Amino acid sequence: MDLENQKRVKDLTEQHGGENVVVLLGAAEAEAAGLAAETVTNGDPTFAGPLAGVQLGLRVFHAVEPDFKNEVDAGVFDDQIGMMEMVLDVDSIVEEMNSIRSQFVKY
Amino acid sequence: MSYAVVKGAGYVLVHTPDMIFHNGTTQTTERYSNPESEYLKKLPEHFRSYEEVVSYPPNQTYIGTIKPEDLRKYDMPWYDKKVEGADRYGKLGEIMPQEEFLGLMKIVDVFDLVKLEKDFTKEVKTKLGNHPLMTEELVAKLKEGDEIAAIEKAIKEQHAEALYHHNKLVGCVKRAHEIDPNLNAHIIHENLIAKASGVLSFLHLIDKNKLDVKDVDYVIECSEEACGDMNQRGGGNFAKAIAEMVGAVNATGSDTRGFCAAPVHALIQASALVQSGTFENVVVVAGGAVAKLGMNGKDHVKKDMPVLEDVLGGFAVLISKNDGVSPVLRTDLVGRHKVGTGSSPQAVITALITEPLDKGGLKITDINKYSVEMQNPDVTKPAGAGDVPEANYKMIAALGVKRNELERTEVAAFAEKHGMPGWAPTQGHIPSGVPYLGHALEAFKTGEIQRAMIVGKGSLFLARMTNQFDGISIVLENNSGQGAKEASVSEEEVRTMIAEAMRNFASHLSK
Repeated sequence: MDLENQKRVKDLTEQHGGENVVVLLGAAEAEAAGLAAETVTNGDPTFAGPLAGVQLGLRVFHAVEPDFKNEVDAGVFDDQIGMMEMVLDVDSIVEEMNSIRSQFVKY
Repeated sequence: MSYAVVKGAGYVLVHTPDMIFHNGTTQTTERYSNPESEYLKKLPEHFRSYEEVVSYPPNQTYIGTIKPEDLRKYDMPWYDKKVEGADRYGKLGEIMPQEEFLGLMKIVDVFDLVKLEKDFTKEVKTKLGNHPLMTEELVAKLKEGDEIAAIEKAIKEQHAEALYHHNKLVGCVKRAHEIDPNLNAHIIHENLIAKASGVLSFLHLIDKNKLDVKDVDYVIECSEEACGDMNQRGGGNFAKAIAEMVGAVNATGSDTRGFCAAPVHALIQASALVQSGTFENVVVVAGGAVAKLGMNGKDHVKKDMPVLEDVLGGFAVLISKNDGVSPVLRTDLVGRHKVGTGSSPQAVITALITEPLDKGGLKITDINKYSVEMQNPDVTKPAGAGDVPEANYKMIAALGVKRNELERTEVAAFAEKHGMPGWAPTQGHIPSGVPYLGHALEAFKTGEIQRAMIVGKGSLFLARMTNQFDGISIVLENNSGQGAKEASVSEEEVRTMIAEAMRNFASHLSK
């Protein structure tokens, strides 16, 4: 996750409290989604950004996960994400996200 | 009004290993933040030789020796594959070695800012003297060279940017002003590199297409650099500076910017200028970006592979009035990412791909080849950025499925049929749609394709002026006299009207 985004997530969490923040990812690959999810839960694994060593433990989902999909209007989802859902390897993204959540999410 | 055509193209690569180390931002940033970096120590071991760069299959594709589709015959990764008997010159351009390019930087410098050492100058003079496109007049601009002591002094005392060849100091680029940050040695160095590689591309465009450079009316330069002084950071104008160097005495020009999307913006502007009759011959040109050398070098070194971002890229394309033969630029089938489009991939692909198709009543499968961001996956995959063209083709195909123009089972094969593997160096603006134009001219000629779409995308948010993304696209079509018919009909109509008016007038007189 780039340094600017790490800073934004950190600032928003400080402002609103971790229990009120959900991070939604749109990464194209499971590995990249996992790294971003790890960053906002267990801290920046590359130790380069503002979240290095900061364990926010935020709830985090990918836009193609059923947890998110079931919460939004089906028509809007289809318009905005339907195409990418077809292109991405959804199963491996879900698996990766579940693995990160089960280890590090506090809320 | 008749559509404009793509008349010719020229492409160049320049192998610049020393510049990876000294000028690529990944490396300069590392040196700044971690001077004792292990990465910087290991980096030179991962540089390729000039011969390796010349025989690298994607590079031979860029200069027109191999068809993009034929790259598939080489198993990935490509960096350990060779094109047997590869030559530095191809049908569309060349791969220039570093020492000749340093000489070319001196040649295109009109303010005596580049200093090259005497013996090095002598060596380069001989080499450039044998270059098929370097005239005596150009080579003479190398002059005799400078003493190494004067070069060292300029670097030590006046912040000149050092020029190295094979790790040896051979020259420098001086600052053009003592305190103006926009004319410091770093910026002059960067800009002279863009200018020199733009000039080389332009020279190849003229040569490969047997053009008379005096016929060029206008030049649009679309690289990613900015030239100006402290009162106007990007005042310009690379276009005219390049035109002057190549002897385009009847041309003026201007610079167009839009990050990686700029070449396609420029292509559409050029088509409009020609189609409107303002100019007959417009050249779109761009040189390379030295800052991007070795951009993914850390990943390449970590994966123990050669640093593949070791070349600067350049291209030049001529857009001319309809000759009845060359492929036409369908200015009525243009897609664009609008301010209100939104940033989801689906919105972007719809705006760039299907909106222009809908205007022409075309289906996704009516375009034979989509030229998207043709980034070489050999470079991007090891860096975790995936296969960019492949990802684009998947998105286009998925949109096709959503529009019921394609079966879901056809998505996987779509890239093979309507796409190409990426071959362009990750020089930002260089991969963006335009690398295919030269190959497309050939494919139209042989009847292999009837239509192609050229797509450019740009990350505007990097300049911190907007959060917007950008993209623009245009359809290229086989020349079947389309658009020209409309003009001849109206001409005929005018003639009939005049004749009728004269008959009426005559009948009035006779009354």
